Amino acid sequence: MKRIATALGVALMALATIQCGGGGDTATEADTIKIGAYLSLTGLTATFGVSTRHGVEMAVDEINAAGGINGRTIEIYFEDTQSKPEEAPSAVNKLIAAHNVSAIIGEIASSRTLAAAPIAQASGVPMVTPGSTNPQVTEVGDYIFRVCYIDPFQGEVLAKFIANSLGATRVAVLRDVKNDYSVGLAQYFTETFESLGGEIVANQAYSEGDADFKAQLTAIRGTDPEVIFVPGYYTESALIVKQARELNLNMPIVGGDGWDSSKLLEIGGDAMENTYFTNHYAADDTTAVVQQFVARYAERFDQSTPDAMAVLGYDAAKILFDAIRRAGSDDRTAIRDALAQTRDFPGVAGVTTIDENRNAKKSAVIIQVKDGALRYYETVNPD
Amino acid sequence: MGEFLQQLMNGLSLGSIYALIALGYTMVYGILRFINFAHGEVFMVGAFVGLWSAPAIADFFGGNLFIAGPVVILLAMVVCSILGVLNERIAYRPLRGKPTIIVLITAIGVSLFYQNFFQSVVGPEPRRFPDLIPQTRVLETDYLIVGSTPLVVIGTAFGLMWLLRFVVLHTKVGTAMRALSFNLQAARLMGINVDRVVAFTFVLGSALAAAAAILFASIYPSVHPLMGLFPGLKAFVAAVLGGIGNLPGAALGGLIIGVTETLVTGYVSATYRDAVAFTILILILLFRPTGLLGSTATEKV
Repeated sequence: MKRIATALGVALMALATIQCGGGGDTATEADTIKIGAYLSLTGLTATFGVSTRHGVEMAVDEINAAGGINGRTIEIYFEDTQSKPEEAPSAVNKLIAAHNVSAIIGEIASSRTLAAAPIAQASGVPMVTPGSTNPQVTEVGDYIFRVCYIDPFQGEVLAKFIANSLGATRVAVLRDVKNDYSVGLAQYFTETFESLGGEIVANQAYSEGDADFKAQLTAIRGTDPEVIFVPGYYTESALIVKQARELNLNMPIVGGDGWDSSKLLEIGGDAMENTYFTNHYAADDTTAVVQQFVARYAERFDQSTPDAMAVLGYDAAKILFDAIRRAGSDDRTAIRDALAQTRDFPGVAGVTTIDENRNAKKSAVIIQVKDGALRYYETVNPD
Repeated sequence: MGEFLQQLMNGLSLGSIYALIALGYTMVYGILRFINFAHGEVFMVGAFVGLWSAPAIADFFGGNLFIAGPVVILLAMVVCSILGVLNERIAYRPLRGKPTIIVLITAIGVSLFYQNFFQSVVGPEPRRFPDLIPQTRVLETDYLIVGSTPLVVIGTAFGLMWLLRFVVLHTKVGTAMRALSFNLQAARLMGINVDRVVAFTFVLGSALAAAAAILFASIYPSVHPLMGLFPGLKAFVAAVLGGIGNLPGAALGGLIIGVTETLVTGYVSATYRDAVAFTILILILLFRPTGLLGSTATEKV
């Protein structure tokens, strides 16, 4: 009942704001700034959304404890996309129409961000995605930003890593054809890898939600690859690695940042040895800023280790708050303009500068699974 | 040739699981003439029962998987049987005699209830299913690797199907089930306790789904609240393919779907996997509207 009352109140407030339209700051300005976040809190990639929410909550609590932005506290609304692209637009619609938010954080999965971004763009609400790496995401329009690297860079990093560090020339690719991120990353990887003289010996497909990959892996085994590249999300990837090992495919298996979740090692188990993936940060990075964040996160969330999505969620919120502070108001256009001016913002996952395409240029980290743990392997900086 | 045998092996283990689930769909349809869309969720609950009980049961038997494995399967079967009966008692029985479409939509509602209830109460994230089948290689050549898991899965599935066949053909309650599927009203007039036999049908179907879930989770060890969705859908297609209402048909349909999926994925592309499976379904229904082994016995009433 209380929730209904709250929702009704918010709706009335939204209505009042619309009716007063441009009635000056004094009449409409409450003492809070409303921010929305739409995330996959349930469904197949639930850890992406839950981790991101943890990061965002930490950033919100910090800024509110420090007195808010220019004296106004942040009020955050979360909406669940259920890990489904078709749910993302309605979540964003709700944030804008029912909660009248000034800016939006989300999603992680590129397919979902791509589904929802046109709504934010059309409504003139700035949106910051913490982890969507597909380049098309920010091409939707000038209100869409991201605080992570993009897949052409990630694909290049992976191709060079497999060609140079692993010394492989024959690679089999197994990608999720229903997933913009996976298809894009596979394509960028292939372009660079072939330009380096490598050969893609097999190009197999699966769909999100599949559990059986033995058919694809049996076909891959016939092509005798030196490395298998699996640009997918953690649930399927862990099952793929496990089934590959059962079929005696014991070569290195490599993935992208979609692998990062505590569930990867839990589901994959021992099979995950001799695998690598690109990431946005490494939890065993010894720099003070990372270790402080890891400690505070563990203290707050039941001794768990933050994954990259938690870190990116935290950074995305902090970058957004910084832009709101510089904008000096919760006006959506002013926040957008300030976001575009973000330069050298020091986050936990590296320093962020928003470029003219509203993307962040950041370094990638390669993680190795060794002795049942994620180990920092190397950092690759953009040119 | 070796690769083909490997793919056949992959397809058979997947297909035998589909077959077990398909049997539950087809039994309920054979008697009540509606598709129990919540069947996939009973499957999901079975996997969770295994997930939660396996560590304690394995401990109790000192880590002896040869005893613990069957015990876990039995426990999941018992729990899911109760669940299946409750579903029938609470959601379906009050609607008996009402238009099928109402029961059908109720079944979809029950399915959504379980999915969302588990997502909010248990949590949406996937969990690792413990190893219940001792992991060894039974056969290992350059081209063909046969692990213990697929063999145990195929063996258990066929054993359970044989058991079901025995129950349906050679027991009193099985005879009653068959009588109900011919004509529910006539069976009632002959003094058969319809409610009890229908409940027993749900017991059998749900128990098979639970066994299928433990086998499925042993091969693909990721347990989450939406895991029943795809296997449930595939098994439903398998049941229709084989002739819904027909038990050997459901088993055959499951095997056909499993092997077809695997071969299409392995030799063509996973992109066409579902398209080919559904094309086969459409073709069979075009030429044999009752499915592969489906009979028109219901018309004779």
